[in-house]
Amino acid sequence: MKEQITLSEIEEKAKKVKITGSEALILSLIKENVDTIFGYPGGAIMPVYDSLMDYNKKIRHILTRHEQGAIHAAEGYARVTGKVGVCMATSGPGATNLITGIANAMIDSTPIVCITGQVVSSLLGSDAFQETDVVGISMPITKWNYLITKAEEIPEVIAQAFYIASTGRPGPVVIDISKNAQFGKLYFRYKRCTSIRSYIPGPAIDKNKIGEAARIINKAKKPFVLFGQGIILGGAEKEFRAFVEKSGIPAAWTILGKSALPTDHPLNVGMLGMHGNYGTNIKTNECDVLVAIGMRFDDRVTGDLNRYAKQAKIIHMELDPTEINKNVKADVAILGSVKETLPLLTDLVERKSYDSWIKEFKDCDKIEYEKVISKDFYPSKPGISMGEVMHLITEKTRGEAIIVTDVGQHQMFASRYAKMNYTRSFVTSGGLGTMGFGLPAAHGAKIGAPDRTVIGIIGDGGFQMTIQELATINQTGAAVKIVLMNNTYLGMVRQWQQLFFNRRYSETHLKNPDFIKVAEGFGIKGRRILERKELEKGLEEMLNYDGPFLLEVPIEKEGNVFPMVPSGASVSDIIINIE
Amino acid sequence: MKRSYTITAFSENHVGLLNRITIIFTRRHVNIESLTVSASAIKGIHKFTIVVHDTKEMVEKVVSQIEKLVEVLKAYYHTDNEIIHQEIALYKVPTKALLESNTLEKTIRDHNARILEITPEFAVIEKTGHKEDTQELFDILSKYGVRQFTRSGRVAITRSNKELLSTYLKEVDKAQSIHINDTINN
Repeated sequence: MKEQITLSEIEEKAKKVKITGSEALILSLIKENVDTIFGYPGGAIMPVYDSLMDYNKKIRHILTRHEQGAIHAAEGYARVTGKVGVCMATSGPGATNLITGIANAMIDSTPIVCITGQVVSSLLGSDAFQETDVVGISMPITKWNYLITKAEEIPEVIAQAFYIASTGRPGPVVIDISKNAQFGKLYFRYKRCTSIRSYIPGPAIDKNKIGEAARIINKAKKPFVLFGQGIILGGAEKEFRAFVEKSGIPAAWTILGKSALPTDHPLNVGMLGMHGNYGTNIKTNECDVLVAIGMRFDDRVTGDLNRYAKQAKIIHMELDPTEINKNVKADVAILGSVKETLPLLTDLVERKSYDSWIKEFKDCDKIEYEKVISKDFYPSKPGISMGEVMHLITEKTRGEAIIVTDVGQHQMFASRYAKMNYTRSFVTSGGLGTMGFGLPAAHGAKIGAPDRTVIGIIGDGGFQMTIQELATINQTGAAVKIVLMNNTYLGMVRQWQQLFFNRRYSETHLKNPDFIKVAEGFGIKGRRILERKELEKGLEEMLNYDGPFLLEVPIEKEGNVFPMVPSGASVSDIIINIE
Repeated sequence: MKRSYTITAFSENHVGLLNRITIIFTRRHVNIESLTVSASAIKGIHKFTIVVHDTKEMVEKVVSQIEKLVEVLKAYYHTDNEIIHQEIALYKVPTKALLESNTLEKTIRDHNARILEITPEFAVIEKTGHKEDTQELFDILSKYGVRQFTRSGRVAITRSNKELLSTYLKEVDKAQSIHINDTINN
């Protein structure tokens, strides 16, 4: 019946006649332009779900099969759309099932608002049924959290939640709402939050620092740009590209920065870090100026910090002041949103090209192609390699697809070999390395970007961690394409066991179910590849199929990802392969 | 090099902030030597005074993490010579010992301590000072039998002219009103 009257009429009325806290919550979400919620109902959130039913034309709720599936889907949605992902769960176990996803969103700076139900406030602390101290548990892994115990608090706190989650360095916010606040009544008035006195989303920009950085860059002989997700989060892809093209500096990316610059851009020299490219790692310790933009010098990127780019002057452009000097000491730190600081720097840098320096990268690429990539793409063994699957996917999709991965070897192959033409095209669990992320995140990505091809690249281990989300996919019918790389091993752990634990494969072999039957049981069409020659046809069938599709590819059991910077080694000690 | 640092943080007076702040120390495995929380000179703003023994690099990282908290307005750190600081200690000693000893009275006088209460059984002595001072008196009084002893966390004030936060708050107010004006003009 509420569909008959318009939203503004509802709002006008709610100023004069009290509405319930749960309805106020839904109206607040609508005012924040939320169109999708991933969630799972339960006792302590039932009033909200009841109100949601009145607004199902405005907000689509996607019923996942586990709360972890809900939050990873919200993350996938947020990562491809740039909007805040919203998920909802009940108190106690519902909320604790979100925890892994919250930690994942925190370390990967993904804007998420989690709404959790809580027991009535008079029962707080009494070990009531399904009571957990959600604010306490989630404190170290949220950007902010809050327990609402009165209905009147709802509009203001929700406004703050969206403001905090989406501004500055984004992150997850948990809003725990006691059941009495959901039932309680209030006059509803919504005002979006635009500032909080104790919270500075972006630090002030110091133009002197930009001048100082430009002088260093203009004198450099072998400058090197490292870029991260900060470019994407700041919406600074254009500004970044302009900087790189004017300065002529070769640029390499962290795993989360991958799609900020098209893969085929002539100045894109590849991936950094443990399984990144050979040249990017070697040249880190040979450049004279390192310009780090919107990245945080993660240990998987730097290797041993005591032997990391010691020869270079370090310029660090970053929004979050806590990242400055956290891992790598900056000679010049430029605080602020890169969307604002990059154009200022671009103005001051000279237009240059570094042909012989870039050739050094190309020379490394040749070595890597010969020793690693060509063998990944065209293996001499009968077993299929993850590299050749990724190569084929890239050829078939021509860099147009959104690639979502789980965690492990396939993730590194996807990151190394997937080509991307557009930003926000690579969704992966970078900082936390959360197995089970891939399937729900791919679903969320497809919901967020329905017009694009979304391919989830998932291993047989991680697939089984959130396999129940196949049911959710079947329910929404979202055309998620799943490429299951099945080597019957926890491949990355097995690779380390092979290299560092004397081939003692402790608990890494998996006796797997018949995945095609499982998929069919969930109502998802599937096809199993048996040998290499079927691969291309299989991929075509998957991509052309109108609906979700599972393509299972058997993978060579003892395939490894190379090159590799062993844990604790220097980036210049990168191992190209073990032959 | 590890040394003593006093961290001061100013925050909104919200539930759970103590927890938010202390988990930053827990996560980096930094031990808190002392902690005092109270209302600051500015209405509605609470002040945390935290003493740690660690390296400058670690303290800098911890302070910037504290400042990053949404509800924290500002955090600073100081070495001991940049601040004036005090702790308060209370000692409960048997009245009998007090009455029988001539030196005890002199000890209290010499240490600038004072007696807060005397009952037939015990006397409560108060001393403010640095930790070494209150400890010294504790060691002396121990001879007479200290029945209870308690020491507060550190309170500290900077050697600079004004509370650093009030200057900062003025800047925030100015910046936010500019921001609001910008929004209106646009």
